[in-house]
Amino acid sequence: MKRMQTEILVIGGGATGTGVAWDAALRGFRTVLVEKRDLTHGTTGRYHGLLHSGARYVLKDAASAVECISENRILRRTHTHCIEDTSGFFVVAPEDEDDYPDRFAAACRRLDVPCTEIPPGAALRREPLLNPRISRVFELPDAAADSFLATHATAQGARQAGATLLPYHELTRLHLSGGDGNRAVSAATVLDTVSGRELRIDADLVINAAGAWSGWVAALAGVEVKMILGKGVMLATNARLTNTVINRCKMPGDGDILVPIHTVSVIGTTDVQVADPENLSIEQWEVDLMLTEGDKLVPGLSRSRILRAWAGVRPLYQETQPAGEPAPAAGDPRSNGLPAQDSPQYSRDATRALALLNHRQRDGLRGLITITGGKWTTFRLMAESAVDAACGQLGVSRPCRTAHTPVPGVEQGHYWLGHRLNEVEEENLQSELICECELVTRSMLEGAAQRNPTVTLDDLRRDVRLGMGPCQGGFCTYRAVGILHSLRAGKALPAAAEWNVAHMQSPAHHHRDDTGPAPADDSRRRSAAVDPRASVSQPNLLLRDFLQERWKGVAPILWGQQLRQERLDELIYLSILNADHLPVDDEESPLSSFFRSDSSPSTSNL
Amino acid sequence: MPATSLNAVGLSLNDCIKCNICTSYCPVSQVTDSFPGPKYAAPQSERFRDFGHPFYADDAGPISRTLAAGRMPDASVDFCSGCRVCNEVCPTGVRIAEINARARARIAAARGLSLRNRLLGRNELLARVGSIAPGLANFLLHNPLSRRLADALFGVAEKAPLPRWHNETLNRWLSRTRAQRLRSQQKVVYFHGCATQYYEPFVGIAAILVLEHLGYEVIVPPQNCCGLPMLSNGEFSAAEGYHRRNVARLIEFVNAGYPIIGTSTSCTLTLKEEAPELLDLENDADVRALKLATWDIFEWLRDRLDQGRLPSDLRPLHQSDRPFILPYHAPCQLRAHRIGKPALDLLARIPGLDLRESHARCCGIAGTYGYKTEKYQIAMDVGAELFDYVAAQSAASDREAAGSLSFTACDSETCRWQLEHGTGIPSRHPIELLAAACGLYDLQARRPADAN
Repeated sequence: MKRMQTEILVIGGGATGTGVAWDAALRGFRTVLVEKRDLTHGTTGRYHGLLHSGARYVLKDAASAVECISENRILRRTHTHCIEDTSGFFVVAPEDEDDYPDRFAAACRRLDVPCTEIPPGAALRREPLLNPRISRVFELPDAAADSFLATHATAQGARQAGATLLPYHELTRLHLSGGDGNRAVSAATVLDTVSGRELRIDADLVINAAGAWSGWVAALAGVEVKMILGKGVMLATNARLTNTVINRCKMPGDGDILVPIHTVSVIGTTDVQVADPENLSIEQWEVDLMLTEGDKLVPGLSRSRILRAWAGVRPLYQETQPAGEPAPAAGDPRSNGLPAQDSPQYSRDATRALALLNHRQRDGLRGLITITGGKWTTFRLMAESAVDAACGQLGVSRPCRTAHTPVPGVEQGHYWLGHRLNEVEEENLQSELICECELVTRSMLEGAAQRNPTVTLDDLRRDVRLGMGPCQGGFCTYRAVGILHSLRAGKALPAAAEWNVAHMQSPAHHHRDDTGPAPADDSRRRSAAVDPRASVSQPNLLLRDFLQERWKGVAPILWGQQLRQERLDELIYLSILNADHLPVDDEESPLSSFFRSDSSPSTSNL
Repeated sequence: MPATSLNAVGLSLNDCIKCNICTSYCPVSQVTDSFPGPKYAAPQSERFRDFGHPFYADDAGPISRTLAAGRMPDASVDFCSGCRVCNEVCPTGVRIAEINARARARIAAARGLSLRNRLLGRNELLARVGSIAPGLANFLLHNPLSRRLADALFGVAEKAPLPRWHNETLNRWLSRTRAQRLRSQQKVVYFHGCATQYYEPFVGIAAILVLEHLGYEVIVPPQNCCGLPMLSNGEFSAAEGYHRRNVARLIEFVNAGYPIIGTSTSCTLTLKEEAPELLDLENDADVRALKLATWDIFEWLRDRLDQGRLPSDLRPLHQSDRPFILPYHAPCQLRAHRIGKPALDLLARIPGLDLRESHARCCGIAGTYGYKTEKYQIAMDVGAELFDYVAAQSAASDREAAGSLSFTACDSETCRWQLEHGTGIPSRHPIELLAAACGLYDLQARRPADAN
């Protein structure tokens, strides 16, 4: 078994884990991060994209609100290009209670969350599709954040500071040393899910940043971390309905956030407690509820084209659980397919504030820290607290630098919606488009496939938004597979300098600069998708996996225009390309079974 | 209050299934790289335009920060000619040309409009000024030096087929012949459009003669430009003013139950659909009433035909026994009415007429598009399909001596001018042919048959 040695080992490649690696590396720790799939494959890549102002929580969860507004201000500096400065409205719909808005405004003032009431008419002029029956509107510094890009940019910041990031490395074992009273986590065994080889990583300290999987990781060390897992379902519309983030001005509930993110609006979310973080099933009632609630923000939303539905699992944590009230088991209270009215929304009530578990104090176990809870908005703060605690355990004092260190790419300024179209127009790249819906050019795809760790086309989707538009992969999947195949068959490009992830979003990047900074030695390239030796790079397997992955999110919303679209896609892939009889039945990628699961909508309530 | 609903044009963005049929039919993107194609420009790019709102029509409405900062995502949409071939072939009904028109309007609202586009949009004003002294105006506009200057200074293509002022406007002819005009209980209203008023009054005369021949009194109320040139150049607020004035002038006739009949397919399309839809005026009761009362003249005549109310005294168009070969091009603007090709139904009744229907997609001119220096050649290349078709009919007629070809026919004025420019063969409005077949009109001289 290969061995590695490091000071800090981070478990989990979501926003938090990547942030921890960035923070630790900037403080000069030798740092390794392992993630069982691609970066952002978990909750980070499945959220609505809201950079909170904190206002949502001012009345319910003041601690979280204070964290959010402070981090909101910091991330606008450190991750500028990952954020669109949309601003946010909190609107009072006819259904909403009367005294909440005044209490809301007062709480915002108290917690220093900038809040301005504007006339509903002015709000409607800016957002004409907004419900004209809204009675009051507050404007707050909410924004839209690209969690894929932000995590990749953070990851690059971490790599530049010397960290090693290992995606597709699954934690299988935590090694404990020492006897009673002196137990410590000293090493981990991880499985390279592409090659099937194991790797042992000796570490002075392990930081568990596995989000919804944190309880499982802690269990490997023999300690109990009881997560409250709240599954949220979101829907994306075909095009933006608003250019401003819209929140209902009421106690946070289901379907009361509408976020303009890239080319779509996302309506979210539900909150259903589940036991398994891999339980991402989408129930019919959840889709219906999002549409019904969405109509209260933008009348007609339910008749607009819905592209896709997906679910993410919130990793919530409360150390002290209410006595005598056991958490409902997954699926149990909702077996009738409807939210039980009389049972409390358990995970909805859990705090969104971050939770730092120092297992040395909590469980008498050295060498392990768990950082969980929180919001995407507070990932940097979570990383800071975790690495502060790590410094404590390791007996060193090194100040956090992340609040003042911009990640690569901030010089581009805030994201704006027309950015890709503008570059395609200026450089006349129209004939280079591979994914026409999201304006992904051939060079974007090739750059991401060769220089970013890539195993499946779904990884490229997170890198460059391949297949995320109206046709949901209908026209780009076969093109992308063909391109990867020719990369795989052709001679490898000279070991290119590390690709600047800031340019993953840029159709014209190859016209503007050639190379970024030279890669660190331990910055591992794992572009299995273009590696001729890797069986996962078989074109047929890439194609089948991605079609299956796209189908997963389309199946729950298969009506109207998207049904018509899917019929065309079906004709392309099943009738012309015979994609359901590809000669790869016995081949599996690390994600094949994940893509296959939950691919049909629940029939319990149909 | 601006529209706050998901209106038809904006909503249709959601209907695109990316099939590319529009791209394969687009006559413009086929001949130039300047226009990437209808799918790219409309349903696809629209998702990336955050200036204004995808579903929001009013160019006087809010301007986003992006727009205020002068950052424009795309300019290639300006090369859409607005011919609407894409709309015609789209299997799911995306209003592609309208989405493009709105995008142009937002660009115009942000960047301002060039003097050239402002002038082309106000052809009515130019035409009226010129009609004060048509001879002088024709000299000033058409002498080679002026054309070269107009090209260099304003970007109006030197070779483009600009019209000539007629020595008498339609209104002057109407007042001169007032005594001869038919009075009847059956009345129709004629919407002539600017080109008929100032450049081709004979088209209006032919229409009036045919309508009177059928026993209808023709009312020609005061009217102004339909606003289409402004709509296609992105000047939406000015276009709205024009349209509202037309509505105010015509509504009393609409309420009286008279049909509003036009010979210019683009003007009637504007009254019927383009103005109400692009300007989000569909909920205005008067706008809607006018929209429903407006007819293309052959649409209306075909309706009479279906009711058995057309005389059957049509005579051959010339004396020879050989067939009279007539290539007919249904202009894009007519096809956008979605009424078929009603002129064919009526012309087919003319004895000895060998109608040859062109299936070319577009003549290229697309209103004011082909007049612009940077677009002139594109328009000619688009039109080549049609010019070649006409040339083939012409060549065949000579070789086989099977008939003679002295005219082409087309319902739209700018298309006729382009057809003449591209083929060298005179072109006529089908109503002129019908008037001639009724013995009312001299097809060669373009004047009433009994004028001498």
